Amino acid sequence: MSTTPPLLALEEVTKVYHMGDVDVHALRGVSLEIMEGESVAIMGASGSGKSTLMNIIGCLDRPTTGRYLLAGEEVSMLDRNELAEKRNRTLGFVFQNFNLLSRTSAIENVELPLLYAGAHTRERHERARVALTRVGLGDRIHHHPNQMSGGQQQRVAIARALVANPKVILADEPTGNLDSVTGVEVMAIFQQLRDSGITVVLVTHEPDIARYAARVVVMKDGKVQSDKRQEPLRAEAAPSDAAVGGEA
Amino acid sequence: MNPLQTLRVAIRALLRNKMRSFLTTLGIIIGVSAVIAMVAIGEGAKAQVEAQFASMGSNLLIVLPGSTTSGGMRGGFGSMPTLTWDDLRAIRTEVPTVKYAAAQLSSVAQLASEDQNWSTRVYGTTPEYFSIRDWPTAVGSPMSDSDAEGGTKVVFLGQTVVDNLFGANANPVGQVVRVKNVPFEVKGVLAEKGQSSWGQDYDDVAFIPLKAFQTKIQGGLQQFISGQIYVGAISEPATARAQKQVTALLRDRHHIGPGQDDDFSIRNLTELANAQEASLNTITNLLAAVAAVALLVGGIGIMNIMLVSVTERTREIGVRMAVGAKPRNILAQFLVEALTLATAGGFLGIVLGLTGGRVLAARLHWPMLMRADIIVISVVFSALVGVIFGLYPARKASLLDPIEALRFE
Repeated sequence: MSTTPPLLALEEVTKVYHMGDVDVHALRGVSLEIMEGESVAIMGASGSGKSTLMNIIGCLDRPTTGRYLLAGEEVSMLDRNELAEKRNRTLGFVFQNFNLLSRTSAIENVELPLLYAGAHTRERHERARVALTRVGLGDRIHHHPNQMSGGQQQRVAIARALVANPKVILADEPTGNLDSVTGVEVMAIFQQLRDSGITVVLVTHEPDIARYAARVVVMKDGKVQSDKRQEPLRAEAAPSDAAVGGEA
Repeated sequence: MNPLQTLRVAIRALLRNKMRSFLTTLGIIIGVSAVIAMVAIGEGAKAQVEAQFASMGSNLLIVLPGSTTSGGMRGGFGSMPTLTWDDLRAIRTEVPTVKYAAAQLSSVAQLASEDQNWSTRVYGTTPEYFSIRDWPTAVGSPMSDSDAEGGTKVVFLGQTVVDNLFGANANPVGQVVRVKNVPFEVKGVLAEKGQSSWGQDYDDVAFIPLKAFQTKIQGGLQQFISGQIYVGAISEPATARAQKQVTALLRDRHHIGPGQDDDFSIRNLTELANAQEASLNTITNLLAAVAAVALLVGGIGIMNIMLVSVTERTREIGVRMAVGAKPRNILAQFLVEALTLATAGGFLGIVLGLTGGRVLAARLHWPMLMRADIIVISVVFSALVGVIFGLYPARKASLLDPIEALRFE
């Protein structure tokens, strides 16, 4: 009998920041396993360590002690170049403030990960166009961020996160800068991505948003306080998102 | 990421801030154009000096008679005739490094054609003189040996004299010109030589064969040469040796003991030309050095803007890192941006330097000489400036921590 290994596995991960003479213990031994295709919301008050956990899962930072296995590979000892490669190939990021390059068209923003993956111009263009179509922006590929609404900008950011076919999409407060209606629309996109098999991990402090995830991990004082599974609420796709995930 | 993609990303980033990119480049543009224009002006001046000395004659030595001293008053060189015709013959035959030697007697005289007259300097000399001074005849025939020795009454005119006596474009060959009221037949017109650097018109002259000059203009044959001896050495490097040998010969002939002053002097025009060229070289180098400082300041301008740019685009760097840019991708991007700015500045500087130099040359009547090697050096140097001054900001960008860069406000 074979069991599928978890996609993400953290074992007794700690993280200590040295702030002058003071040591700040951001994570005090976190063990967490996330299977492929799960949707997980990480919650917690500010200072609970959820952002640090996110940075470590996202290969932006390395744990002080403990092990982190990403797709079965130990990544806690990798150097900056190797971590960059992991971020490029396996992970996709969505940020609260979108973090799109200004004065740069939507399609060029979406092409960015492929640029560092070494894809050719035509392939980059085609894949970016497909990703933008998938988030319902197929008709706005040459728009610049300042010509788009917050919801549209966040969808461009999601297209950028999924263009390189990552295994995991990490979203840090993805609805924090959006009104509640737009926020639900964005959550609908995440649910559709999850349905297509992509693992989604999002950090949020809003319980309303966490309800759309199938699993909620609550952090407190650098430790996992609770880890519950739930029946996720289905998010209503925006009427304009008919093209997303091929749904009617 | 291949270099071409990096270049494209860099150019796109620069075009996002066109005005700033242009202003940053301006320092390099000014620096490079200044270097090119300054060197072109310096080289042009050098070429002009060379041409002037070449028009005086090549490998030329001029022997002047000594000075007189009477009652404590010392006259200048040539105030006392000390050179004899035998001295001239000895220089010609006894010094191995001497190819030609010719006397040049001179007098200011009024020349008259049928309907015009003109005062000019009239020289008496032999055919060798024209070889020493590389001075061919443009119209008519050159002075011959029989002219010089037979005392034929023929005259050879410079172009300025022809213009004034016969009008421009006239052919005076065969016509009669009266020199101090003595009729001479025009046998040839000399090729134009232009002006000397001090504005003397080389073409405002007339030449008469030596014997005729002595009898008709000077008034009788004399033992001493009341003029100068022009000496042409066999080659340029031999000129200095010829000077020493002629000096030794004349000291011996004039019985001048060791420690006593020469009763003649020798001017070495090659030496003079070299000295003037050397001083021009110094000035050119100085100008180029000042211009190079401008280029350096331009480089510092690039570094300054690149540092500002790195700070301003911290979040962009964070995003690029988050989506998979390696530190060396970021380093390459900013380095290529600086390099592109500097090289573009270099090329624009060449265009500005060449056109600006040409305009300046035309306006101020300065000669210009563009040197291809300086153009190549300027571009290479400006690219080097870009790399050197771009390296620090680029390195700073590549060392940013992605988490902090993303959090940067």
